[in-house]
Amino acid sequence: MHSLAALTPLGGPLPKTEQIGTLTISEITNCALASVTLRRGKDQAFAVAAETLFATALPAPGVWQQAGVYGLIWTGPDQWFIEAPFASHEDIAQILKAGLGDSASVTEQTDGWARFDVQGARVVDLLERLCPAPSRRMQTGAATRTLLEHMGCLVICRETAQHFSLLAPRSYAKSLLHALTAAARSIG
Amino acid sequence: MSQINRIAGGLIDRQKTLEFHFDGKSYQGHPGDTLASALLANGVRLMGRSFKYHRPRGPLTAGSEEPNAIVALRAGARQEPNARATVAELYDGLTARSQNHIGRLSFDLLAVNDLLSPFFAAGFYYKTFMWPKAFWEKLYEPIIRRAAGLGSLSGQPDPDLYDKGFLHCDLLIIGAGPAGLAAALTAGRSGADVILADEDFVLGGRLNSETYRLDEASGADWARAAVAELASLPNVRLMARTTVLGAFDHGIYGALERVADHLPSPAAGTPRQILWRIYTKRSLLCAGAIERPIAFENNDRPGIMLGSALRSYANRWGAAVGQEVAIFTNNDEGHSTARDLLAKGLRIAAVIDSRADAPKSTAYEVLAGAVVTNTAGRLGLRSVTVGLPNGQSRRIDCQALGVSGGWNPNVHLTCHQRGRPAWDAGLAAFVPGANLPMGMSVAGAAMGQMSTTAALASGAAAAVACLADLGISASLPKLPATEDSPLRLTPLFHVPGKGRAWLDQQNDVTVKDVKLAHQEGYISVEHLKRYTTLGMATDQGKTSNIGGLAVMAEMTGKSIPETGTTMFRPPYTPVSIAAFAGRASGVDFRPTRLTPSHHWAAEQGAVFVEVGMWLRAQWFPRAGETTWRQSVDREVLATRKSVGICDVTTLGKIDVQGTDAAEFLNRIYANAFGKLGVGKVRYGLMLREDGIAMDDGTTARLAEDHFVTTTTTANAVGVYRHLEFCRQCLWPDLDVQIISTTEAWAQYSIAGPNARKLLEKIVDPAFDISNAAFPYMGCGEITVCGGLRARLFRISFSGELAFELAVPTRYGDALMRRLVEDGREYDATVYGTEALGVMRIEKGHAAGNELNGTSTALNLGMGGMVSKKKDAIGSTLSEREGLNQPDALRLVGFRPVDPQHNFAAGSHLIGKDAEANAANDQGYLTSVAFSPSLGHSIGLGYLKNGAARTGEILRAVNPVQNAETLVEVVSAHFIDPEGERLRA
Repeated sequence: MHSLAALTPLGGPLPKTEQIGTLTISEITNCALASVTLRRGKDQAFAVAAETLFATALPAPGVWQQAGVYGLIWTGPDQWFIEAPFASHEDIAQILKAGLGDSASVTEQTDGWARFDVQGARVVDLLERLCPAPSRRMQTGAATRTLLEHMGCLVICRETAQHFSLLAPRSYAKSLLHALTAAARSIG
Repeated sequence: MSQINRIAGGLIDRQKTLEFHFDGKSYQGHPGDTLASALLANGVRLMGRSFKYHRPRGPLTAGSEEPNAIVALRAGARQEPNARATVAELYDGLTARSQNHIGRLSFDLLAVNDLLSPFFAAGFYYKTFMWPKAFWEKLYEPIIRRAAGLGSLSGQPDPDLYDKGFLHCDLLIIGAGPAGLAAALTAGRSGADVILADEDFVLGGRLNSETYRLDEASGADWARAAVAELASLPNVRLMARTTVLGAFDHGIYGALERVADHLPSPAAGTPRQILWRIYTKRSLLCAGAIERPIAFENNDRPGIMLGSALRSYANRWGAAVGQEVAIFTNNDEGHSTARDLLAKGLRIAAVIDSRADAPKSTAYEVLAGAVVTNTAGRLGLRSVTVGLPNGQSRRIDCQALGVSGGWNPNVHLTCHQRGRPAWDAGLAAFVPGANLPMGMSVAGAAMGQMSTTAALASGAAAAVACLADLGISASLPKLPATEDSPLRLTPLFHVPGKGRAWLDQQNDVTVKDVKLAHQEGYISVEHLKRYTTLGMATDQGKTSNIGGLAVMAEMTGKSIPETGTTMFRPPYTPVSIAAFAGRASGVDFRPTRLTPSHHWAAEQGAVFVEVGMWLRAQWFPRAGETTWRQSVDREVLATRKSVGICDVTTLGKIDVQGTDAAEFLNRIYANAFGKLGVGKVRYGLMLREDGIAMDDGTTARLAEDHFVTTTTTANAVGVYRHLEFCRQCLWPDLDVQIISTTEAWAQYSIAGPNARKLLEKIVDPAFDISNAAFPYMGCGEITVCGGLRARLFRISFSGELAFELAVPTRYGDALMRRLVEDGREYDATVYGTEALGVMRIEKGHAAGNELNGTSTALNLGMGGMVSKKKDAIGSTLSEREGLNQPDALRLVGFRPVDPQHNFAAGSHLIGKDAEANAANDQGYLTSVAFSPSLGHSIGLGYLKNGAARTGEILRAVNPVQNAETLVEVVSAHFIDPEGERLRA
């Protein structure tokens, strides 16, 4: 075991949670992340390998799907982000590469992103102040790349109108939290 | 005496009394009042002075189209100039001041302009202030600026917050009058996602201002019931106080919601206004119509207003403009006004109807075929002079005159995508044309459906049609029986006369001004507008444009539709700049990106610099250091003497994988990458298609099919975008996958003669980083600190023995602390971007200053890198003759002939004895720094044929600071030109 201590994207030793009104904004750090991209001409092998690894086919555009320990998120043409518990999957890239072999390119993304989960009955009101994505229409499982206060983000609806995950490049963590808390106060 | 003109009825809450101040004087009003209605109820008709002639003015309208009653609302930092009193909701403690006068509102010193009016005709500025030329800046402009303009800004920062927001709907209904409410009920009951927006604070439009019934209910009650039903529907979003200000591409609308303008101040943390972007599948414009005035001599006195405004003030706000009222009309509306006001107990002095066949009345006197020819009353209307059909004139005493000249449908939003309105001869008005913005329909008065019955029916029918387009089935609701009178109108735009008859009251444009413009050749409506200012400023001519067109049409002998209209552009009504800025102001102007070592650097008191959105440590001051140079010099010298550490995470990192990854890089970079061995790093130069250098960086080969390419910090996004374009569009046949991995890895440069010794304390023993095992330009995946996965690259920007070490970002802070701690025995020094810059200039490495968008590989001294054995982006065009002249600029070094002298980047290079002019320009300096290693300033720069001019003495001329220095041309590599250190 190495001897370096981890910091959260916000720079603290532990993830931060803010409660504003009925909304809870939580920094999430217990999730490992990697991108998986189909290699050219390997569709068949990829489909088989992915099905074996995740026990399901990878989701269609605009969809997040939980498959056992893995969260599967469509992020672009032939590209998905795969989530898994950090404690068991810190080396997620190797695990996925071992399973997918030459059918896919895998890149570790765990620390590339800051993730905040916003939960509460007014989460859509908050998102409507920040983000052009149609959050009110997003059902559980909807996922989209979009902009949030000038930051390129990934927005995932974990539970319709109740719970969303927002991922921005890690270096934006403080600005993203600022945008979220400002909007949470704004909607009163 | 308070509220002397308050009359019975209206949608105001008389149980509560609100105190407010206008021009320092205290008044009372009620919730539901506007500032204008409350002032009128208090007997105040004079609310401002006009723009040019400083004529006394009162409200012309009761809505957002108001040209005259323009005031400064609130005080201190919240002061808002040019606010329309007619839409300013009254709240307790409101303060407002009139604008545009010197001295009292009732005795404006600048009213002298009115007496000088013959000199202020159309085109006055263009004609009058032409000479002498020198007078313009010193005399004319200050005087004009003092006298003209409307309100003024507070000069203080705005204390309020402004939000932006995004909404999506099936159907956006713009306007909540009878058509809009009928449409919303129809669409809301169908289950469609509906947004109903209206600029007013009470929904209902004219229903709140008229006395006719809808079935048994009053208009206001019917509207209230409709709104209550809509509010109960979860699929309907009601947005009062929300102006849809523009129709943009693809069914997107902008809307401004005034969240807290009706409150003394917004609640803490909440916005004053929200600028919404509304994505619609369909939209239905139910924006109603604006009544238009008729121009006649002295038609601008306080107390003269639109007939519909008189009815609004009386019926909705229980406010009379005067006890004795005259009406001037060219249609039947004027008679409705007379009946309503009579019912309120006001006296009707006469209804002056320009039509010979005017309806007769037993309740009031009708002067058929008559026109108002003049008025009297300096600060407020006292009487009107009527020209009778028999040629005689008659004076009629009154304090208010209601003018009804017909209605102009609110076609504005239909024209925001260059659509042109069509002329409806029956209405004598423009109605929406055929080319509407995508997905837009129009209903109600905005479509020329002028009766309430027609408006309700057309709103409901349009909603059904819009939803049918979307596959949503809606049924027509049962609509109430109500007013269905035709608009009987004989067009009359102005009453001929000798005096000034005002068309545009906001800009003081008269009938005569339009005639003068015609006489001087400004016949096109666009020229007419610019020459006379007709239709400009905050009201954008909502009550004046058609009148101006009518006069121009009369002059040219053309019809009004042939004369045409000027363009309609967003916003529909004024929007504060703060609303457009939203939260993006001050420190929140844009997001900030923090490096993995940011918190550590902040603890050290680092001075930060913005690099794009990143904050990077610029230098790390230590106790006793009083200037930045001391810190930077120390950081440079310590690095070159022993070891320095720098956070280089901000450089872009792009993961390039796939069986064709090497071929992809071969095509991206001018130099070859195909044969780069696994475990090796190569410097790459990327050209634009035109052969100019685009970016540079290093690329490491981690496996046969896996590379990591780095970019400069500034170009990280641009290069990634370029690579995606190449991958997706130019070479989709290649098996290559790219993704940014910039933020996933914290990367530090460890540079200096003791860099390896320090790293050996960090890198796990299983990995040999000796020079033999891990030579210059080597790379590898390793572990550090007892098993943490990491990447090590032996690359150097400083010219020293150097490595870059990357670990997963969450461990970046801990790694920095470990490096500092383990580096103590070597006096390891953390350095910032300034020292980084000094060392790369000392080494002669190009950076952003040199890759400036005009330089080629040849200019950079890297012409040989452009491989001729393969094709790559930019390699062909880099061979252009003009880019390859013998005297092409070459990157060389410069040092001052006298080491004590300094010089500046940007200085131009001129021959020792030549005159400093463009013809003698030999090149320019791109980067200059003080080199603590050498003890004098050094520079890099582009010099014509520079590679062959070593030893030559030139002048570095800086005309901006009026300085010049003698410099000697030297090698760009000031430190270790043979590269022995970095290979050590």
